[in-house]
Amino acid sequence: MDEQSHQNQTTANEMVHIERIIGRILQVGVVVAAVIMLFGLILLLIHGGNGGYPVGHQPTTISSIIAGTVALKPYAVMMVGMFCLIMTPVLRVVVSIYAFYKEHDTLYVWITSIVLVILCISFVIGHTV
Amino acid sequence: MIQTMLIMMAVGLFAGVAGAILGLGGGIIITPVLTLMMGLDIKYAIGASIIAVIATSSGSTIAYLRDDVLNLRVAMFLEIATTIGGISGALLTGVLDPKYLYLLFGALLVFSGWNMWRKLRRGQEVMNNVTADRIATKLKLNGSYFDKSEFKQVDYQVEQVPQGFLVMLGAGLASGMLGIGSGAFKVTAMDTFMKMPLKPSSATSNLMMGVTAAASATVYFFNGSILPNIAVPLALGILVGAVIGSRVMQVLPARVIRIIFIPVILFIGLQMLYKGIIGG
Repeated sequence: MDEQSHQNQTTANEMVHIERIIGRILQVGVVVAAVIMLFGLILLLIHGGNGGYPVGHQPTTISSIIAGTVALKPYAVMMVGMFCLIMTPVLRVVVSIYAFYKEHDTLYVWITSIVLVILCISFVIGHTV
Repeated sequence: MIQTMLIMMAVGLFAGVAGAILGLGGGIIITPVLTLMMGLDIKYAIGASIIAVIATSSGSTIAYLRDDVLNLRVAMFLEIATTIGGISGALLTGVLDPKYLYLLFGALLVFSGWNMWRKLRRGQEVMNNVTADRIATKLKLNGSYFDKSEFKQVDYQVEQVPQGFLVMLGAGLASGMLGIGSGAFKVTAMDTFMKMPLKPSSATSNLMMGVTAAASATVYFFNGSILPNIAVPLALGILVGAVIGSRVMQVLPARVIRIIFIPVILFIGLQMLYKGIIGG
């Protein structure tokens, strides 16, 4: 029993450490996304109208979003912010692999890598179907 | 325009608080507000809901990770099931009749609501078994969290891992095909089947639903279903709401969260049964 509880204890400490790392990086990701979205929203309030694009339109290709962001078009900046937000869970999975690796938890390095691979497959399927 | 923005932020704030506390995506609040009150096309409402799910997930997960409420290993392990289910759902669209999925998963949620009500009446949140579950021990799924309403460390064991995995597979399939229930099924799988306490179940559901949503979100992002003027103020409101909600949840007694959760899950379940009966 003692050995069992000792093992639980080390697992728990290790987990707290892993969670802190992931939490901190996730926080950075969320703040970056929020600041860009807020910046876009402020631009939209200043310029008014339809965010620098014809009514009913918004940039949806990577090239048009980049071009629009360089030109500081509100909608383009807002799209960049939202894209960063969409990427935060993916970032979380990637950082988790690293964190589990750092703590020598091989089983969970595998499990998390499998999740990332499936996630990548679903990105590809999502864009072809 | 400013008026729309402020409404979106307010809706987001409310949805973020509720979503973070209950472990739900907030689509149940956002979709009706956008379609019925704002008269937005359902296509754009779904796009905004997907962004809402991710904002709720990432916003609340920061606190749940820092305060060690969620169970990262359970989340990672079950994400295999939800992501595979999600892909299957996308591929099976048009092959499988959604009618049966609505009936099956509607019934599951109603069952879960009933089961939660029984737990509430029994008044016991954590069940300590004498023997630990073999699979859960092997996968190191058993966990512990500090309950800020009871001021004590709560250790819990995870059971029925295969059943939980199976429900998650179905949950991924259903949310991939029907676009709903991002959080309701996850909480159900952990609370009802794997016997986890409600707080870690809700926090873990919050963490997981972001990953499930991210895959479909890029599709909506590039096909123009996500309107920046709607989704951005909504997302900002939700982020603030989720940060608040993830703190409120920890000091609320689990019993109170359960009392709020039961009618919500019954409502979603009955709505799905209704859709199944009238033919989706």
